[in-house]
Amino acid sequence: MTPGTPVVETVALCRSLTGADGVTPILKGLNLRVEKGEMLAIMGPSGSGKSTLLNILGCLDRPSSGTYRLDGVDVGGLDDDALADLRNQKLGFVFQGFNLLPRTSALENVILPMLYDRAQRYADPEVRARAALEQVGLGHRMNHHPSQLSGGQQQRVAVARALVTEPSLLIADEPTGNLDSHMGQEIMALFSSLHAQGRTLIIVTHEPDIAAVCSRIIVLKDGQIVEDRPNSAVV
Amino acid sequence: MKIGSLISMAVGSVRRNAVRSVLTMLGVVIGVGSVVVMVAIGQGATKEVTAKVSRLGTNLIVITPGATRTGGVSGGAGSQMTLTMDDLEILQKEAQEISAITPVLVAPSRVVAGGANWRTQALGVSLDYLKIRSWEVQSGRYFDTSEFQSRRKVVVVGQTVAQALFGEEDPVGRTVRIREIPVEIIGLLSRKGPTVDGADQDDVILMPSTTVQTRMAGRNFLGQILVSAADPGRVDAARREIAVILRENHRLSPKDPDDFTIKDQREMAELAQGTTRVMTLLLLVVASVSLVVGGIGIMNIMLVSVTERTREIGIRRALGARRRDVLAQFLVEAIVLSVLGGVLGALLGVGVTAALRQVTGWAAEVTISSIVLAMGFSVGVGVLFGWWPARRAAALEPIEALRFQ
Ligand SMILES: Nc1ncnc2c1ncn2[C@@H]1O[C@H](COP(=O)(O)OP(=O)(O)O)[C@@H](O)[C@H]1O
Ligand SMILES: [Mg+2]
Repeated sequence: MTPGTPVVETVALCRSLTGADGVTPILKGLNLRVEKGEMLAIMGPSGSGKSTLLNILGCLDRPSSGTYRLDGVDVGGLDDDALADLRNQKLGFVFQGFNLLPRTSALENVILPMLYDRAQRYADPEVRARAALEQVGLGHRMNHHPSQLSGGQQQRVAVARALVTEPSLLIADEPTGNLDSHMGQEIMALFSSLHAQGRTLIIVTHEPDIAAVCSRIIVLKDGQIVEDRPNSAVV
Repeated sequence: MKIGSLISMAVGSVRRNAVRSVLTMLGVVIGVGSVVVMVAIGQGATKEVTAKVSRLGTNLIVITPGATRTGGVSGGAGSQMTLTMDDLEILQKEAQEISAITPVLVAPSRVVAGGANWRTQALGVSLDYLKIRSWEVQSGRYFDTSEFQSRRKVVVVGQTVAQALFGEEDPVGRTVRIREIPVEIIGLLSRKGPTVDGADQDDVILMPSTTVQTRMAGRNFLGQILVSAADPGRVDAARREIAVILRENHRLSPKDPDDFTIKDQREMAELAQGTTRVMTLLLLVVASVSLVVGGIGIMNIMLVSVTERTREIGIRRALGARRRDVLAQFLVEAIVLSVLGGVLGALLGVGVTAALRQVTGWAAEVTISSIVLAMGFSVGVGVLFGWWPARRAAALEPIEALRFQ
């Protein structure tokens, strides 16, 4: 990656769904650049296409047309396996519903992405996983199963899991949506500290409080970016 | 993903769903268990049969009257009176390849000893009979040359006859009446047990064939001529020689079929083993069916499991699992289940076999090869029936799987 290459760059990105009543456009030609170290909030009304966009940025879904470059790599030309490897190496996900494996310890959940690493970059996955759990403040809960943890703690395990591979981009779809406001603030504080460390984050949220800690905010409406502004309060 | 991680992941998943895993395995446990038990029974039977056949005597050749039965047309060996004492004498004189020979003159008789009486077959035989059959005298002695030549009225009895007439008492030295003729018991044969087809070999009386011929009026017939081949390596040569001599003596023209049947130990062994082999095979087929049913059980549960774990599959795909990682995961899980079932089944089979041996006295014997076979089969079942569910899991699209509630 040469300096100055944006982490995310989309050109005329479109996504449409083909249903019984013909083709429905969801995303209508998005042009978006996210530089390294940005903390981007995506806001907008329900059904505006935020999750659809995030799924494409996370290489879980493919655009119908337009291009998407992640770290300078055109994702459109990659096959299924290459996308899986990209998710493993360059992306970290945090979901609204935590999405931890049930009946599996926090530690094992955090080790999981490293088991799928084909490049074998991690000499000792367990040590790394422990360090990541320490970093999110769960050093004392490593062997607990998700059902033995609070929502906030579960989400912190999910953040540790997303971080442990040091991804270029961390993606979170309404990470505080299932949490009370206190726990939500905890998670956002965690994200802010990651931002401060220079990580790149994209967070979908409904809540202005949360958008307020991001360095840039875009608003999506009907599959189009209707607003894109830096947040001068956050550097 | 490394194979080690795959296996430990699969073991973890099996452990997390312990009850369901055990139920899933049950079919394979029963299948493998029954294969092991069935093969043990079959192998035990085969071994017993083989041992019995070899106890018939080394180099033994059996000549019976009548043509070999082919296609069920002719009356069957032994149904005609085509063997005579003349044949015996010719063979004795002319055959080079044989070292011992005896007629078996069959004289069905009633034997009376005091108040007890018993119906059996007195056999008129030569001095060679014991040697040819590898039989032994337990007490007393066998008749000697002078007794044979002077047609003495002496007999050697089997254990069943002795038991019937004298109970636990030693019969040697006692006098009994056979067809109203008093004869002296000079020996008692060792116990030999039943034949392969269940006939009681101890229900027998041996006496000199000369005595039967001259002193026992009634329905006697030459049931068999038994021969020992001089050289165990030349049993076939001996058979050919016997056939030539007998055909000439019976004045058969070259296009006539043999009017006698010659068998050796190998054929008898094959015949007997063939029967047990068919039985073993049948048992194995039944057992294999239960293995297949077990496999279908695994497939069923794995399909349910794939649906239940759709979200898990989505999570793994999001974290970087390729399709083939998911495929491998579910396949390895199915294999772990079936191998675990196979191990439990093998243990069960060993236990049941031991219990059967205790209770029934069968010579059932667990063989390593049957365990290896059953284990191999259960891995095969795991792969075969795990394949489809694993394919379904791998075919899921990551976002669809993540959206699944
Ligand atoms: N699987 C789907 N099937 C049909 N419509 C869908 C599907 N996923 C999303 N949509 C539609 O696409 C639009 C955008 O959805 P989404 O990206 O989830 O919006 P947001 O996350 O902003 O609420 C909505 O109108 C939704 O109804
Ligand atoms: Mg959404």
